[in-house]
Amino acid sequence: MIEIKDIYKSFSGNEVLKGISGKFEEGVTNLIIGGSGSGKTTLLKCMVGLHQPDSGSVLYDGRDFTPMTYEQRIEVRKEIGMLFQGSALFDSMTVEENIMFPLNMFTDQSRKEKLERVDFCLERVNLAGKNKLFPAELSGGMKKRVGIARAISMNPKYLFCDEPNSGLDPKTSIVIDELIKEITEEYKTTTIVVTHDMNSVMGIGDYILFLHEGKKFWEGSNKEIAHTDIQELNDFVFASRFMKAAKDKF
Amino acid sequence: MNFTNFGRYILLLKSVFRRPEKLKIYLKEIAKQMDYVGVGSLGLIAIISTFIGAVMTLQIAFQLVSDFIPKTIIGSVNRDSSILELSPTISAIVLAGKIGSAISSEIGSMRVTEQIDALEIMGINAPGYLILPKIISGITMVPMLVIISMFLSITGGYIGGSVSGAVTPAEYIQGITTDFNPYTITVALVKAFVFGFIITSVPAYEGFYVRGGALEVSQASTRAVVISCISILACDYIVTQLLL
Repeated sequence: MIEIKDIYKSFSGNEVLKGISGKFEEGVTNLIIGGSGSGKTTLLKCMVGLHQPDSGSVLYDGRDFTPMTYEQRIEVRKEIGMLFQGSALFDSMTVEENIMFPLNMFTDQSRKEKLERVDFCLERVNLAGKNKLFPAELSGGMKKRVGIARAISMNPKYLFCDEPNSGLDPKTSIVIDELIKEITEEYKTTTIVVTHDMNSVMGIGDYILFLHEGKKFWEGSNKEIAHTDIQELNDFVFASRFMKAAKDKF
Repeated sequence: MNFTNFGRYILLLKSVFRRPEKLKIYLKEIAKQMDYVGVGSLGLIAIISTFIGAVMTLQIAFQLVSDFIPKTIIGSVNRDSSILELSPTISAIVLAGKIGSAISSEIGSMRVTEQIDALEIMGINAPGYLILPKIISGITMVPMLVIISMFLSITGGYIGGSVSGAVTPAEYIQGITTDFNPYTITVALVKAFVFGFIITSVPAYEGFYVRGGALEVSQASTRAVVISCISILACDYIVTQLLL
């Protein structure tokens, strides 16, 4: 479980996060949603330590991450897998080398064991046999799936996904969403997905934290989201005509 | 580089020299970088050094028109200029353009495509993994390139002098073998070591802290080359002042 307590973060006097708290349970898909500039990516970066919060704490199963030393953070980070918005695959490496990279760095497994792990991860994301391709030879959806394969290669306890559906067609988006949900339930990871994709919200949002102008405005599940009367949330979730029509049918 | 940047540069270097996570992977990366910096630049350095040596011989011969000055002096001047200044400095400036811009764009692109963030999240010391192999390859391969450059520059002078008739081969060889002070080689290698460090660390710094997109990466690359060249010239003066 990951718990955030009263997170504040500002950049050059501009307060981006204003005291955000929340609990993200393991084995369920936790979503952080909000409009552009609401602070969701900043919150995610504060949680993984890419940004240092001005105040507040991030607890990984009770371990406070924010005051940790560099060496202590490394130990926690070995338990983290992350899927980036642009996949962030290493251009100079093949798919196989990308997935094997954390294994090479942090395990003493033999090459055979590592290759078996790579094959397993690729099979898990339905990309078996694509080992020798370079990232430039993959489609957007395939890159995301390789990103997921790399993220799960070390059996992470915590899985972070930053806008996993951005730039993907609706069908591929659903495939990625379902993959994230399956992995979360199968490996009991604490999964946090930052998104503003409404299909993801309605499809996999077991727990949703809605941010608006740097504040937590609402939290609940995808089943509850249609029945809230919070104006800001309704304006965000049901902005499109299609979603409005869908809401009326709920 | 203002003081804030200089402070960040020092802090980055501190991170670069942290203990590697896995030595084997770093060694592999160092070998790759040595190949790129050393072997990859050999042709360019060879061509430049040979021509500079040849041109130097012609220009020295053109300037020394007095009958009271023996022509052997052309070889001596060419040798000392090549060893002390031309080979280390010109090679370093050329390498700053070739290697410096490549390092800055490579690391800068990795920054804007979140590859550096990915390394950090995995628990890898990104400055160490990305920059340390480049610095080690710089401080080892640039001195080697400079040694080759010295040899080729002096050889170029021989060829230039012989072909143009500015100096006879015998006079040139007598010139380069007379009053040779081996200490000049030490000075040149100290310079090459310092320049190798600058050529790799300054562009790495510029690339590592890029914010934005493709435009900012290209701007960082240009800035890296300019700052590296100025730093090379400034350090050239300091090292010369200290050692000679």
